[in-house]
Amino acid sequence: MSSNTALQGGGPVTRRNPVSRLWNDKQTRSVIVQIIATVLIFAFFFYMVQNAIANLERLGKDFDFAFLSAPASYDINQHLIEYDSRSSHARAMTVGIINTLLIAVSGIFLATILGFVLGVLRLSKNWLTNKLAHVYIEYVRNVPLLLHILLVHGLLVHSLPKPKQASSVGDVAFLTNRGFFMPKPDPEPLFWIVGVLFVIGLIFTFLFRRYARKVQDATGKIYPVFRIGVIAVVVIPSVAFILLGMPVNWEIPELKGFNYRGGMVIRPEFIALWLALSFYTAAFIGEIVRAGITAVSHGQTEASLALGLPRKRTLNLVVIPQALRVIVPPLASQYLNLTKNSSLAIAIGYMDITATIGGISLNQTGREMECMLIVMALYLTFSLLISTFMNWYNSRIKLVER
Amino acid sequence: MRSIKYAASLAAISAISVSAQAATLDDVKARGELNCVVSTGVAGFAAPDDSGKWSGFDVDFCRAVAAAVLGDGEKVKFVPTTGKTRFTVLNSGEGDILFRNTTETMSRDADLKLTFLPVNYYDGQGFMVPSALGVASAKDLDGASVCIQTGTTTELNLADFFRVNNISYEPVPVETNAEAQTNYLGGRCDVFTTDASGLASTRASFEKPDEHVILPEIISKEPLGGAVRQGDDQWADIGKWVVNALIAAEELGVTQGNVAEMAKAAGDVPSINRLLGTEGDFGSMIGLDAQWALRAIQAVGNYGESFDRNIGPDTAIGLQRGLNAQWKDGGILYAAPIR
Repeated sequence: MSSNTALQGGGPVTRRNPVSRLWNDKQTRSVIVQIIATVLIFAFFFYMVQNAIANLERLGKDFDFAFLSAPASYDINQHLIEYDSRSSHARAMTVGIINTLLIAVSGIFLATILGFVLGVLRLSKNWLTNKLAHVYIEYVRNVPLLLHILLVHGLLVHSLPKPKQASSVGDVAFLTNRGFFMPKPDPEPLFWIVGVLFVIGLIFTFLFRRYARKVQDATGKIYPVFRIGVIAVVVIPSVAFILLGMPVNWEIPELKGFNYRGGMVIRPEFIALWLALSFYTAAFIGEIVRAGITAVSHGQTEASLALGLPRKRTLNLVVIPQALRVIVPPLASQYLNLTKNSSLAIAIGYMDITATIGGISLNQTGREMECMLIVMALYLTFSLLISTFMNWYNSRIKLVER
Repeated sequence: MRSIKYAASLAAISAISVSAQAATLDDVKARGELNCVVSTGVAGFAAPDDSGKWSGFDVDFCRAVAAAVLGDGEKVKFVPTTGKTRFTVLNSGEGDILFRNTTETMSRDADLKLTFLPVNYYDGQGFMVPSALGVASAKDLDGASVCIQTGTTTELNLADFFRVNNISYEPVPVETNAEAQTNYLGGRCDVFTTDASGLASTRASFEKPDEHVILPEIISKEPLGGAVRQGDDQWADIGKWVVNALIAAEELGVTQGNVAEMAKAAGDVPSINRLLGTEGDFGSMIGLDAQWALRAIQAVGNYGESFDRNIGPDTAIGLQRGLNAQWKDGGILYAAPIR
């Protein structure tokens, strides 16, 4: 049909064959290229999978996740859930997941605080603070993370006292090279009242903040939301706690034999990994924060001040919201980096996913393929969760155009 | 187009599998070098010296195999591995043979698809503690922090031992022997546990070895031996008979010094003649020539000579022969006859 019309139309196009005509059309060409690329990519992955299957078959190995329910037979020093050597590999994996999440969340928390402080210091007009922050950032981000981790761990293990010479904090907490031993709270029956008050305080603060915002929009009246929130969440439960006669027993660690027993303990492996990851990532976050603040033109601040807003409000309402738009996307990748870098835990024996299911379980069962797939799937899940959250936050704070 | 690509990838896959299935012996000969999987450094068993030359008891077995196969005990490339990477390195073909203080177990043999060579060191898991702790028995270790190499059988024995004896401990997992030493000497752990031979070797490398004691309990059987990939019987036979030859040589009184003389002509003892190729045609049964055992013994000496040179009572490691004495001397070392 179309070739008929083309023939009737005449002109140089008519003599070309249909294939080259398709190729010369920009849009169809791009579709063709994309189809070819997709086919090639699929063929490549198909080949890789086939290759893996063929090689596993050649070794006489099957592909089976049944080992997950067999007893793991090894012990893990830091487990936040019940675990012993008779527990299954799946349980060991869960312990690993919790340990990874713990290090990721605490790392992100500390790195963010440190990073923002560094970023602000870096912009300081005080020459010394500015240079100190600069030197810190340049040193930390130019030395491999693994070395930081090993250094902090080595310092903790070799410089802190052994359990028998532990330095104590008021005879209830003890600092040793086996970890930081602290009293463990053991709530008595009446403690639930404090817990309930705390939750009520949280809900109240949330609702009050909404109400205060409505009132402000309507009338311009400003409530001291923060102070009222602190009273509801912290002060009232604390007063109740004291009035009830402090219904908590503290289990104080004591030295028995080789180690302190009882109480809670933070192991040096956790501390080393936590500090190293946070210090390292904070250096990058510091630069991101600096970039974000610098990106807000000074005219904005001047305009805000000219309108009569005080300095603090200028910062909170004009500068920070605009800076966040620049900060949040690269900040998200730093969070992802921190989470994935936590797998370096293996160098100092912190039992995260890589060390449990991707390490000892893998080695003791010989199920490399299965374990590695699990580990990859887990890290992918964590990363996607973080991305989703940061994207949500990003879309919340992004410029709303009217 | 698609089917061509599919066919091409199939061909590529089969090519890969074919080359991997070819005899290891031919690969080694073609390469002119034996890739031997060893540890990252356990003094006396396998450790490089200042000039980078590897030596040790396990290293000697690598060299003996290289001498038997390639005619030169120096034609070995050592592939250092951790407890965790060793089997992957062997199974992926990066190594031809493994001599790495490795315990023979059923699951490693059957599930990890290895073929174990005869045991070259009968060992058991022990504990080392600083003498200052005043610990006399492993059962006194309640609550102790224990440094343990991950990916080893000792890790599992440890968990079982403490659970069965109903005592608690804190496992401190480490990757390599060196890392274990740093943690142990730094006081991160009270106890270091591994095979008793490994403990002796580690202690020997300390600045003050006499400040540490090895506790009397041996909590497991650890028959250490070499291994090869499953599925290449000829190559497994070569490994197996080289180990047997070194053990038999000691039993028959064949040493590095007298082997050349003995191999010149057939003597009165038929088993020596068969070992050294002056009688029968045993070398060709495993794809080698008649002088295979002669070269192996020339390269490293017999089992006893290698033991004494690397880990014996006169070395810093100072291990007694114990279970590893010849069966005639009260040990359990018992080489299958070459006939």
